[in-house]
Amino acid sequence: MNAREEILARMREALQDASPAPEVPREYRRALDPGVDIVAVLVDRLVDYKATVHHGTAAIERALEGARRVAVPADLPAQWRVGSAEFVEDRGLTTEELDAVDAVLTGCAAAVAVSGTIMLDAGEAQGRRALTLVPDHHVVVVRRDQIVGHLAEALPRLDPAAPQTWISGPSATSDIELQRVEGVHGPRRLDVVIADERTGPLAGPAA
Amino acid sequence: MNDIVPAASLIPADAPFPKAAKVALGMPQLRKNLAHATGTIRAKRAKVAGELDDWEQLRDTAAAVKAGVQRRLPELAMRFEERATAAGAVVHWARDAAEANAIAARLVREAGAEEVVKVKSMATQEIELNEHFAAEGLRAFETDLAELIVQLAEDKPSHILVPAIHYNRTEIRDIFDQRMGDAPAGLTDDPAALAEAARLHLRRRFLSATVAVSGANFAIAETGSLVVVESEGNGRMCLTMPETLISIVGIEKLLPETADLEVFMQLLPRSSTGERMNPYTSVWTGVREGDGPRHVHVILLDNGRTNVLADEVGRQALSCIRCSACLNVCPVYERTGGHAYGHVYPGPIGAILAPQLEPGRHDDLPYASSLCGACYEVCPVKIDIPEVLVHLRQQGPHAAGERAAMGAAEAVMARPRLWRTALRAARLGSMPWRRKGFVRRMPWPASKWTVSRDLPVPPKESFRDWWKERER
Amino acid sequence: MERVALFITCVNDALFPETPKAVVTVLERLGYEVDFPAAQTCCGQMHANSGYKDDATRLARAFDDVFGGYDAIVTPSGSCAAMARDQYPHLTGSGIGRRVHELSEFLVDVAGVEDVGAHFPHTVTYHPTCHGTRALGLGDKPLRLLRAVGGIDLVGLPAADQCCGFGGTFALKNSEVSSAMLADKCANAAATGAEYLAAADNSCLTHIGGGVSRSGGPRPIHYAEILASTA
Repeated sequence: MNAREEILARMREALQDASPAPEVPREYRRALDPGVDIVAVLVDRLVDYKATVHHGTAAIERALEGARRVAVPADLPAQWRVGSAEFVEDRGLTTEELDAVDAVLTGCAAAVAVSGTIMLDAGEAQGRRALTLVPDHHVVVVRRDQIVGHLAEALPRLDPAAPQTWISGPSATSDIELQRVEGVHGPRRLDVVIADERTGPLAGPAA
Repeated sequence: MNDIVPAASLIPADAPFPKAAKVALGMPQLRKNLAHATGTIRAKRAKVAGELDDWEQLRDTAAAVKAGVQRRLPELAMRFEERATAAGAVVHWARDAAEANAIAARLVREAGAEEVVKVKSMATQEIELNEHFAAEGLRAFETDLAELIVQLAEDKPSHILVPAIHYNRTEIRDIFDQRMGDAPAGLTDDPAALAEAARLHLRRRFLSATVAVSGANFAIAETGSLVVVESEGNGRMCLTMPETLISIVGIEKLLPETADLEVFMQLLPRSSTGERMNPYTSVWTGVREGDGPRHVHVILLDNGRTNVLADEVGRQALSCIRCSACLNVCPVYERTGGHAYGHVYPGPIGAILAPQLEPGRHDDLPYASSLCGACYEVCPVKIDIPEVLVHLRQQGPHAAGERAAMGAAEAVMARPRLWRTALRAARLGSMPWRRKGFVRRMPWPASKWTVSRDLPVPPKESFRDWWKERER
Repeated sequence: MERVALFITCVNDALFPETPKAVVTVLERLGYEVDFPAAQTCCGQMHANSGYKDDATRLARAFDDVFGGYDAIVTPSGSCAAMARDQYPHLTGSGIGRRVHELSEFLVDVAGVEDVGAHFPHTVTYHPTCHGTRALGLGDKPLRLLRAVGGIDLVGLPAADQCCGFGGTFALKNSEVSSAMLADKCANAAATGAEYLAAADNSCLTHIGGGVSRSGGPRPIHYAEILASTA
């Protein structure tokens, strides 16, 4: 018997006399209470994680302050490419090239207010995973209609087949005396811009 | 600056728990570090768990989902295999540690590599992958900060989530300074400076690694996806940058569907690091053209798990999501640390998992608990650890002397007249100590009590005498 | 007059007659008729928790024989009540545990009283024992009863929810760890400056008392004895 067959046989044997599985209760919350200002909750959580929050697309320039060269996914909307930085489109940038830019600017797929989580699923304006990982400064634009209160509301918005990255604040560690400090291997600076646009689809990529 | 003395070199891993614990108890710095760290995380966990008004409902759901997974394990494992394969992953099966290690080593060689970067993974600790790789001439570099500290100190992990929990910042500074090779000059013990040193130390390696080894927190049967939950970004680096990714996943990590994450991803971060959400969660499904590794392997690991599955009471230990909340609240763990348990899974969960994964090898661990129940109270998946501890005690062997004493006690207690006679005899026999009211020194085995506690003396008049008198 | 059975527990039978006497006093003060079935011995907890299932099963059956005829069984021990409620169903299939009430459960939930007419003009700190608090879910019931006692000065115990390290045979099998837990409990108890340390289980109090008698600190007392006091 090969390993696969043997393990499956062991499982079946182990379960021969098992009592039936209990019903799965689903009594937990799937949304925040109506009337809760989810943008305010999101901002509160992000600030708690030591991310910097900006309001309005015009603030992208401020979020990118100090960055001369900014990597962007090729499909990043033109109206987000504001300010004096040089925008470098990712059309197969090497790791070294990614490591050499000052910042990366992307959109996201969804944002969860209650946990302060920005979700990427490699969709529109998000690029591949290395793009938002190697640069030390990530500026992410969140449209208002992408913000939901609860994790349960966000999951159905993600592409389950695509690689996903859920980001809650800048990289951090609690490995020294269980005390959280920000800034290890991922981007040490996270700026979140809550954009004015309320709905998609986004404007097409810059020509 | 002090020399590095790894804690694991002082605490005998093969000794019975009481003996190893005694050594750990005699290490004041270790105890201070553990009390500080576990105290910090206990308070954080309690705060963020308390924020959710549906915490108990989430626990109920998680426990039931996991119980269902256990019953459906063959079906879910096969579905996962089918979906992951369809998405471009290669799924392997390993009956035990040796088989998993051999598959992983072969895959590394096939990728033309001699080095791998590693994401923190309990499964690879359990199968001692690093040691196996070293024996085969391959090198595994730990990239999680705590794992890095432990690896540099040539120590062993002492905690599931924070393997270096037994070191304080000053000791970590010393380890980096003496062992890292490229630690910045004048490194201070500021945690931010230490994190920065780790960043610099590992950066080149991340950007040039060709093979990574990971575990997974969850494996989603519906989609064939794996999920890794982390904080530092070392996980993202390992999962994204190399050409080849090898993930070693215990079969109990399966979840039926993606939607289950809405439960577990609320429970896990709040229970483990006391955060509303961990900084980074990665979800990947096979190979994605132009994004991440081009060769994705998954090794499904048994290594004793089907033993655990066969026990109707003990199987709930397979629900564990490795959050460590039970370690952090355990009064025994807090005082002894993880090394005394002599197993990669320490603390309350280890005390029920280790003896089931390796039958006959850790029979002392189910007794390493006062059954206070603090672990069950915090467990996000509601594993009734005290219940399993008692169950395992009832399965395990007993010393002949103890067996005789317990049998004698039962024989007396099962016969009310004998019981009353014994009580009367005890009252008479203790006459000499009555005036003092307590006994300070007793011969073995009662000396185990009187080593730190006085023993009360039976009263002159028993309740029964009083009751009889009153009835008259 | 309602009749209740008293299960005094083997520890009190052997060592602490004042506690069951106090239970009788309180229950009779509230108008209950108390019955003491003399054939009672031990609930079997030590055997069950030490891994001696067969012995425990026999003791569980004996408990059923002795107390089977009563609708309410009151005991001054959280851990013995938890034994009957949580473990008997697995050992013998008996549901008698539902009728076994730890004293504070009986007073607060069944009798519906918190003020039992006691007076105890002393400083007291309260240690919530593990089985009472966690397995039985007593919550603050003993404390509610204590708060209603006349003249009492209740002071908080630091790290109150931490186990004292008793754990039955744990105190012998892992004597060093148990002693370390005890040392912390005694230090916290002493830091309160209280005259008495009250709890719902004399086994834990024996342990804490055995430590305090060496290190100094408040005198251990079962809270039933405070409820019985009218001094």
